[in-house]
Amino acid sequence: MNSYLTLTYFDVLLATGFLILNGALSLWLNLQLERKLLIAALRMVVQLLLVGMLLKSLFSILSPWLTLLVAMAMVLFAGREIWARQDRRLRGFWGYGLGAGAMGFAGAGVTVIALTTMVGPDPWWTPRYALPMLGMILGNTMTGVSLAQDTLHGAAARERVAIEARILLGANRMEAMLPVVRRALRAGFMPIINGMAATGIVSLPGMMTGQILSGVDPNEAVKYQLLIMFLIAGATGLGVLLATFGSIWRLSDSRHRLRLDRLTKPKG
Amino acid sequence: MLKVKALIRLTIGPVDLTVADGECVAITGPSGTGKSVFLRAIVDLDPNEGQISVGKISRENTPAPEWRSHVAMLPAESGWWDDNVGAHFKNPNKITPQLTDIGLANTAMEWEVARLSSGEKHRLALLRCLENDPEVLLLDEPTAALDHDTTLMVEALLRKELERGTSIVIVTHDAAQATRLADRRLHLEDGKLGEVAP
Repeated sequence: MNSYLTLTYFDVLLATGFLILNGALSLWLNLQLERKLLIAALRMVVQLLLVGMLLKSLFSILSPWLTLLVAMAMVLFAGREIWARQDRRLRGFWGYGLGAGAMGFAGAGVTVIALTTMVGPDPWWTPRYALPMLGMILGNTMTGVSLAQDTLHGAAARERVAIEARILLGANRMEAMLPVVRRALRAGFMPIINGMAATGIVSLPGMMTGQILSGVDPNEAVKYQLLIMFLIAGATGLGVLLATFGSIWRLSDSRHRLRLDRLTKPKG
Repeated sequence: MLKVKALIRLTIGPVDLTVADGECVAITGPSGTGKSVFLRAIVDLDPNEGQISVGKISRENTPAPEWRSHVAMLPAESGWWDDNVGAHFKNPNKITPQLTDIGLANTAMEWEVARLSSGEKHRLALLRCLENDPEVLLLDEPTAALDHDTTLMVEALLRKELERGTSIVIVTHDAAQATRLADRRLHLEDGKLGEVAP
């Protein structure tokens, strides 16, 4: 089980043959996809080669500060992604800060606890463990938070009349927004719930497959995958809840008014 | 008694207004002068400045949800959050006997919201906002979607509220309605509220 087959660059080059075949088919059938395919493939090559070099040097330098710097860059980029995926955003600092903060707090918190208590590399921040785990957890939390905030902001604006009707009848802000909040939380939680339910039957998770390919006993790989999935689900849930309640707090005020003036206009 | 002092919201104000118990005041004025904005400010639905009180209750010392149970507002567009009409009422059984008074069938509590006409929605929303027994009623075009006979039925219901001592502020485009219902008529233009000579 411990045989790990290394690939040569020639093997990788051969694998592009199938992609080139697709490009040729696109040209022949006039699908006009060949340019997009080529650009996407080139981007992937450059990005992955760079990441490979970055990770290799990070692993050999083994500096806590460099690791922290890379981790922070990951949080900032993921935060920007949450911001970009919303049709209507909170105005000002909160538009970026709330989603990124909720995701960063939940994702980094869960990762640090997992590294120090469960996985236990020495030192605990060893980039070979810390960065891939943070990446997987952040990526999923990012998706959950952006879906929840996008749903909440859109629904609150669309259902202003219904929300204000309840406020006018004496409901507090939480009661008035409850239907919208439920929908937002469901949207945020759904990918991870579906993901857990389908794992192992419909899809074999990438990390587990990777470990098996590199020679790890499948039982061990499953253990790792379960751990990661639980961490991802926990961080996603925590991030979604934080971001949703933060958004409600911004979208209403102490006089229990609906404050849609704190949302930007929809895109497009 | 509703007392509004130096109310300021956007281009409106400062506005003073006093409405006695059992008094009805009609507000008229061109579209877009902020009649609805004025009503929303009184129930504290938008940020605004000014002192408002109902009897001994002052707005600044009262939590907002409680304030809105004393001062009810019927917006021009009614809001619904459940599929069934009955789910929007605290006590649907108590409402049923009142339905025929305003020209609705007594099965209305079992209806689906999606099948309501705009006139039916509006009348149901009025009953809904009376459920809290408010001391002040702010009505934004309450009969705009209704035919003449139904309008008179709604006005009869409002008169009953006035007899109970409720203060009513009604925004209306219908001059005849203002004459029928209101003790005083006010005109809102350029952010100022002025008396209209009877």
